[in-house]
Amino acid sequence: MAGLELLSDQGYRVDGRRAGELRKIQARMGVFAQADGSAYIEQGNTKALAVVYGPHEIRGSRARALPDRALVNCQYSSATFSTGERKRRPHGDRKSCEMGLQLRQTFEAAILTQLHPRSQIDIYVQVLQADGGTYAACVNAATLAVLDAGVPMRDFVCACSAGFVDSTALADLSHVEEAAGGPQLALALLPASGQIALLEMDARLHEDHLESVLEAAARAARDVHTLLDRVVRQHVREASVLLGD
Amino acid sequence: MKETPLSNCERRFLLRAIEEKKRLDGRQTYDYRNIKISFGTDYGCCIVELGKTRVLGQVSCELVSPKLNRATEGILFFNLELSQMAAPAFEPGRQSDLLVKLNRLLERCLRNSKCIDTESLCVVAGEKVWQIRVDLHLLNHDGNIIDAASIAAIVALCHFRRPDVSVQGDEVTLYTPEERDPVPLSIHHMPICVSFAFFQQGTYLLVDPNEREERVMDGLLVIAMNKHREICTIQSSGGIMLLKDQVLRCSKIAGVKVLEITELIQKALENDRKVRKEGGKYGFAESIASQRITAFKMEKAPIDTSDVEEKAEEIIAEAEPPLEVVSNPVLWTPGTAQIGEGVENSWGDLEDSEKEEEDEDGTDEAIILDSIKMDTGVEVSNIGSQDAPIVLSDSEEEEMIILEPDKNPKKIRTQTISAKQEAPSKKPVRKRKKKRAAN
Repeated sequence: MAGLELLSDQGYRVDGRRAGELRKIQARMGVFAQADGSAYIEQGNTKALAVVYGPHEIRGSRARALPDRALVNCQYSSATFSTGERKRRPHGDRKSCEMGLQLRQTFEAAILTQLHPRSQIDIYVQVLQADGGTYAACVNAATLAVLDAGVPMRDFVCACSAGFVDSTALADLSHVEEAAGGPQLALALLPASGQIALLEMDARLHEDHLESVLEAAARAARDVHTLLDRVVRQHVREASVLLGD
Repeated sequence: MKETPLSNCERRFLLRAIEEKKRLDGRQTYDYRNIKISFGTDYGCCIVELGKTRVLGQVSCELVSPKLNRATEGILFFNLELSQMAAPAFEPGRQSDLLVKLNRLLERCLRNSKCIDTESLCVVAGEKVWQIRVDLHLLNHDGNIIDAASIAAIVALCHFRRPDVSVQGDEVTLYTPEERDPVPLSIHHMPICVSFAFFQQGTYLLVDPNEREERVMDGLLVIAMNKHREICTIQSSGGIMLLKDQVLRCSKIAGVKVLEITELIQKALENDRKVRKEGGKYGFAESIASQRITAFKMEKAPIDTSDVEEKAEEIIAEAEPPLEVVSNPVLWTPGTAQIGEGVENSWGDLEDSEKEEEDEDGTDEAIILDSIKMDTGVEVSNIGSQDAPIVLSDSEEEEMIILEPDKNPKKIRTQTISAKQEAPSKKPVRKRKKKRAAN
């Protein structure tokens, strides 16, 4: 794009980061007292809120109950003020549906649903400010919320986005970099085993570069894991202090 | 209608077959089903058949005002519909999850990869642009909808011709097809989706799953590539956990498959172009009715059936004749009846085979005659004449032994009531014995 260099000659991106650097991540667990579990995460300027209810009885039709597993229900919502221009999004539009399906797929793989047969776990995610990497922020927030609710999981689910510019893989894309139209990869990872829960890629990328982009995203996701781990331990420490342990 | 659930034995059968590297239709792990592409009379209409999965694609265009933030680009609109005739489970309003997933995947594959040059669709910047609309309808669902739909979409787009437009100052002239030949769209590349189905937590993988395989799979990985080996979209769905090298391996396989399919598409388009130029007949009525394939591949059964007849004859020759079926109940004493002969005594068999080879005299036959009578005799009077059953009435199995260990039911063909048929029945018994002796 004219006038906008995504990666300068010295290796700096538009916001001054290096190619493999993540944005600043700040997270808080237990933001809502009413919900079973909640979390708030800020990844750079992207702000996402996640709330978990469950496991509880199946709402609606009993016929949907699975005899051996819990049902995971995810809903994604993006606030009208989240993007640069105020955009009214109808609730059931395709993009929100798709995001909800992807979140469900990610968490069905990670949550130990066999321990709660015939019940339902609800995960609601709201994006307050979207500055790139919304899927990743949603997944990270939802992980923290699920942990806060005490629902047993196989491992953390850490997500990060990655891109490719000038034969270099970039980690954690911001909105400017996403809008430039280059290839974007969103990856959700279980860090301990390296298994990929969800992989999604858009726009053209030559097959030879796939490995380097996957590697960059995986490394970034592991870095996110370190940060989230620290947040969880901090939260538990605070909670135990209050309990007078 | 709710989808018929898959039975457990079918599921187990499919999974076991996959473990042994066998597929229901005889394909190999990385084989695609036969792809057939046929075109309609209008430009931009095509039907793609991937095995039995059938997708109809139709492209149409319209002049509209552009989007506010993209004033110089045309608009592309994709829509896939799962017709109710495709599968009994598809009902209006019931298929939302699958529909959303497929539509989003198609949109991302075709729109975000910029396969069509949208700048060339602009007529007057900020005022009039072409809106290209691609409608896909699934006519029959036999698995792997996404591959068939992506092929149909790209083929329809390549086949389509839009009306010619010329701009002179402020005047825009739209020519009808009679005035000027319609113009094809400018397509940069052809992205094709390749689906990989994973089974047993990612241990086994299959390309192009059919409907049964889709029901038992753990998850699906879709990779859209073009022939220049550029990946346009990757999407993993279902609950599978993938490893990085699995993804890389799949992308390599996808590269090979996409090359083959692109070649096929080019051939089909070429064939159709030739037919239209020569003024021959074209359209669905032509190609579908006469089973003429405008595509490159020929139908070939994946299983080799050339020596089936010989094999079948061998099997029949070596097999032993089926068990005798005794349908009439035999009344021993009032109050007890016997249907069939109970479990065969295998000890008796061993002795039988030796005995038979030794003696071939009429004694066997006489005894067989008796046994035949016994089996078929319905009258109680007959029974009175035979001592054995009354003497040893407590154990029927013993009766069997004493009466005639030789009476090997295998040797005797089905009996009928009349004694007249005893004579012919002797012959097959003899034949068998002789055969045994020969062997």
